Amino acid sequence: MVKVLSEMAAAGESPEILFWVGCAGSFDQRVQRITKAFADILNKTNTSFAILGSEEACTGDPARRAGNEFVFQMLAYQNIQTLNNYNIKKIVTTCPHCFNTIKNEYPVLGGSYEVIHHATLLQEMIKAGKIKMKEAGDFKGKKITYHDSCYLGRANGIYEAPREVLQALDADLVEMKSCRTKGLCCGAGGGQMFKEDEPGDKRINVARTEEAIATGASVVAAACPFCMIMWEDGVKQKGKEAEIELKDIAELINERMV
Amino acid sequence: MKIVEQLLFLVLSGAAIYLFARNIGKIRRNILLGQAEEFNDQPKLRWNNMLYFALGQKKMFSNPLVAVLHLIVYAGFIIINIEILEIIGDGILGTHRLLLPLLGSSLYTIFISAFELLAVLVLLGCLVFLLRRNVVRVNRFTKPELKGFPFKDANAILITEIVLMSLFLLMNAADLQLQSLENTTNGFNGIVSQLLTPLVSGCSISTIECIEKAAWWLHILGIFAFLNYLPYSKHLHILLAFPNAYYARLTPIGKMSNMPMIEREVKLMMQPELAADLPASDAPMKFGAKDATDLSWKSILDAYSCSECGRCTAACPANQTSKKLSPRKIMMDTRDRITEIGKNIDQHGPTYTDNKKLLGDYISVEELRACTTCNACVQECPLLISPLNIILELRRSLVMEDSNVPNEWAMMFGNMENNQAPWKFSNEDRGNWAKS
Repeated sequence: MVKVLSEMAAAGESPEILFWVGCAGSFDQRVQRITKAFADILNKTNTSFAILGSEEACTGDPARRAGNEFVFQMLAYQNIQTLNNYNIKKIVTTCPHCFNTIKNEYPVLGGSYEVIHHATLLQEMIKAGKIKMKEAGDFKGKKITYHDSCYLGRANGIYEAPREVLQALDADLVEMKSCRTKGLCCGAGGGQMFKEDEPGDKRINVARTEEAIATGASVVAAACPFCMIMWEDGVKQKGKEAEIELKDIAELINERMV
Repeated sequence: MKIVEQLLFLVLSGAAIYLFARNIGKIRRNILLGQAEEFNDQPKLRWNNMLYFALGQKKMFSNPLVAVLHLIVYAGFIIINIEILEIIGDGILGTHRLLLPLLGSSLYTIFISAFELLAVLVLLGCLVFLLRRNVVRVNRFTKPELKGFPFKDANAILITEIVLMSLFLLMNAADLQLQSLENTTNGFNGIVSQLLTPLVSGCSISTIECIEKAAWWLHILGIFAFLNYLPYSKHLHILLAFPNAYYARLTPIGKMSNMPMIEREVKLMMQPELAADLPASDAPMKFGAKDATDLSWKSILDAYSCSECGRCTAACPANQTSKKLSPRKIMMDTRDRITEIGKNIDQHGPTYTDNKKLLGDYISVEELRACTTCNACVQECPLLISPLNIILELRRSLVMEDSNVPNEWAMMFGNMENNQAPWKFSNEDRGNWAKS
């Protein structure tokens, strides 16, 4: 059960936290599964939340980084108006790009909120015992590797929260050649997601997939919808769909929590 | 004879210092050709950054071996320059080792021996660095932007340091040999140079005196030359690392700078009362940066501080997959362009334009388009430089001034404007995932 904020407000209620879904989370079929998994977790933990539904707009991140400040400012204005009208205090998002923009770039434009990425929220819920994992760990002995999103890691210094979340799976966490501050980009940021690559000898997501293959991990965990889309493509190009499972940390937790 | 030498020394050191100051003044002027940006907040944190990142070279230590070598060469070179004070004193006063009688021979021996040990460490460090560049050929030193002057520049610095250290040791060895030939009492000893006396042992007193004098002069002249080479070299980072660390941006590295002019335009259109507090400007609107002078002055300071080490380029995902982008080249281009603009001002006056631009004549559209804004270059830089800031400002100009946009991005902008998402979906359907 996912409530839309406008309906909630009409009934005179307000949620503790707003789930900012983001464009990929709303529209991309693969990423929708992540969105649903995270909403499931919120429901299972009895978290009071709502989404904006059609009142949410893109944060403007890809336009701003591509160089179009006008489009960014228009969208930012629209979103800040919406958030302020509903008197939103706390926002959780499954997208590091939305997270970075709302947290770091909206305040100077008049939109100040407590913004938290779902990696951190899941970490807090596990610590507080709100999330309990099933006893029989089907991950025991399995190798799992975590891909650092640039906008969660380098841009906002969140490296340990997603890894701590993965510890709850009782799996064997291995690191790729480049990780944490040295994490290799998936290739999607800065508007690259929406255009063809510039000439080169390899796609960035393929280079990154090769690093994951080298670890021998059977699961690659991500915490960013755009990384997920790039990874799907990279793993397909290397013909490793059968060997490597791609999952968001929310999916991994949701599948195995009580 | 002595007075002639003293005068010559005074004239040469005066000239060296004057020339150096003039060139640094020009660099300062060039930096201030950039756009204003304030960095006066949190002075305590800024001093700390200078201490840790410039003096302590903290970020170098992600590779401890190279960091220790670099620190030895740097610290050794600076500390040995304390000995320069004595050399300058001798040069002006016409004395010989003026600190020897002041400190007494045992204390002086300790000082000189410490300097000599450092000199050997510096020498060895420079040798290792030369090997890394020329024999091992570490990948980041072989990229195309290092071809030509930058490659020679790096080698010239290392060789100069080796020569200067060798001259210092040779000078001391010659002095020791003279002491023993002349049976000097109250002399000094040098822990390294005493091993080198055989180099001059077969020579007559006058020859050794000549060698000692020549080493002294070459050493100090070498230092004057080195000082004046700095403004043209990537070695300028030994000085500019300090202000660059002090003025480093303290905001999260994922945060892009706001453009209040556009914020105001949008608010005027949507809700005019919100725009009232925002600064209006009569100047024609200019979006992003086309030339080096359109960049923040901090970005120009960044460019002059760059040591061309290439850690940024080695970490860049676009560069790793053979795209044209190299963050180091962005910094080198910016420095080359601002230097050219400065030269134009010197030669033709401040209003002269050469019809060249940083965007297009130095940095190509293809390079700018390859960036994923992943911040790996910013994270890697030991000198707290941001190549990304320059890339993003140039992109702003490309898109908003020139409407130079690839088709897919034009479509993305259109979708974002009309459908509030980068894809062509109706925003009405945004919540549909929750219904199924």
